[in-house]
Amino acid sequence: MNAFENLAFFAESETVPILQPNLPTLVLFGVVFGLLIIASVAGQLMKRQSESTIHPAVVRTFNSRVLAWWLLCASVALAFLFGRSATIILFFFISFWALREFITLTPTRLGDHRALFWIFFVLTPLQYLLVWWGPSHYGLYSIAIPVYGFLFIPARIALSGDYKRFLERAAKIQAGLLICVYTLSFVPALLDLKLVTYKTADGSSALWNDGSPAGLLLYFILIAQLGDVMQYLWSQLLGRHVIAPEINASRTWEGLCGGVASTTLVGILLWWATPFTYWQSACMALVIAVLGFAGSMTMSAIKRDRGVKDYGTLVEGHAGVLDRIDSICFAAPVFFHLTRYCFSSSV
Amino acid sequence: MLIRRELEDYVPPPMLVTQQVLSTAARVLTGATARWVDCQPDTCQRVYFANHTSHLDALIIWSSLTREIRALTRPVAAKDYWEKGPVRRFISSSFNALLIDRKEIKVHQSPVDLMIRAIGNRESLIVFPEGSRNTNSQMGDFKSGLFYLAKKRPDLELVPVYIENLNRVLPRGEFLPVPLLSCVKFGSPVWLERSEPKMDFLRRAREAVRRLKEV
Repeated sequence: MNAFENLAFFAESETVPILQPNLPTLVLFGVVFGLLIIASVAGQLMKRQSESTIHPAVVRTFNSRVLAWWLLCASVALAFLFGRSATIILFFFISFWALREFITLTPTRLGDHRALFWIFFVLTPLQYLLVWWGPSHYGLYSIAIPVYGFLFIPARIALSGDYKRFLERAAKIQAGLLICVYTLSFVPALLDLKLVTYKTADGSSALWNDGSPAGLLLYFILIAQLGDVMQYLWSQLLGRHVIAPEINASRTWEGLCGGVASTTLVGILLWWATPFTYWQSACMALVIAVLGFAGSMTMSAIKRDRGVKDYGTLVEGHAGVLDRIDSICFAAPVFFHLTRYCFSSSV
Repeated sequence: MLIRRELEDYVPPPMLVTQQVLSTAARVLTGATARWVDCQPDTCQRVYFANHTSHLDALIIWSSLTREIRALTRPVAAKDYWEKGPVRRFISSSFNALLIDRKEIKVHQSPVDLMIRAIGNRESLIVFPEGSRNTNSQMGDFKSGLFYLAKKRPDLELVPVYIENLNRVLPRGEFLPVPLLSCVKFGSPVWLERSEPKMDFLRRAREAVRRLKEV
């Protein structure tokens, strides 16, 4: 058997080919779109209020965020409809755009140009290609960027002959690749897990057939985004003690605790869409919320360092994809590995 | 007269498609957004003058304009670069570039005279007064062409344009672009004051472009 046949064989046997529409996933989509409709109506109502009650800037931010969520959910729904490959392609484009924003904001030198070309047009597609090839390449796609990217980028920069701030430049490019591409590629990788559940009569493990990995992916995105919203709301309601005023003046301890607690509660409420039991779903939601917070704080720190408020304002007219996905980026690999080690039969 | 006008306005449909595809591709690749800071898009006769950082500069400014204005706007580009090879020749002819020979400048064929003759009473120009692209981020001094252009045609609106980040998309000496996000900013027009010395005017024009960097 030659190498090519070998690959085709793996791709066929180990991947989950179709995202079967099943009741829990569809209901979860219903919940998401229901929430979005409520948010849109609330946004329109706020728009009609007089300027003295709500600040117009707050309303604008809210409405643009709701629009971004609509776009995200609609594209995820559409990708699910077209199957696994479409979902991977969708996340490839999100990664590509996020990396574009990240590198635009990062000062690079002329000597980095060729290395940048490589990360945009070779390493990023390669990572998603490995994910697409299926779980048999898990070993490779989980180290491709952290190890081989780490070795490649400084070597390529060194070839260009510019040594000024060398380590700093290599580290910045590597960080962009890790945050925007590597971490995000674990979201579509969720689709390839053979999930098991402990929701059986005697508490032993069994293959999970009630829902689909697509539902789990949606659950993850929903929890990560809700965690962001909840923390913002609790900060607005009760916020007193700002965590790091230099980095983000709107993140408070009250917001963090309230946000994480209410996200955990939502996690419990959504247990039926996942292979998790009540308390397992609560733990997962807790982890996602805390990591989402860590992601937002990290990205805020990077933005402050560069002196911008949002990646969206970086270049006027651009959406600021990175602002929307920072919580997903940090939570994705951890959620993937927790699910893989504890709730899948592929290990 | 009327017939001549219509003939001048006629653009063959394949050319229109090429122009549209080219400008869309350029904008997608460079993520370029146009910002009209103290200026509005208009079909009146103008000279857009900009900082020169990349081979894509002329194409990007031209692509940031609306279709009607694009049809009336000619980027001034170097003949020796844009006539090399069929691809470059095709691109430069489809965005209606005015190619100027940098090497053979004759007394009665000065670039400024050529430009004025080419635009007549209806077309606009895109020029790069720095002459050649600069490698570092600092803007070079403006060459005097802009001054003579303003002196011979005082009715032209001189619109300063600042191109941001494009030197990172396709720097000098590179041929593979990196798709970063860039921005094209149009500032408020300047005119040559009566009896304003050449150096003062050029410095003022350069300052108008540089100021857009901070906007």
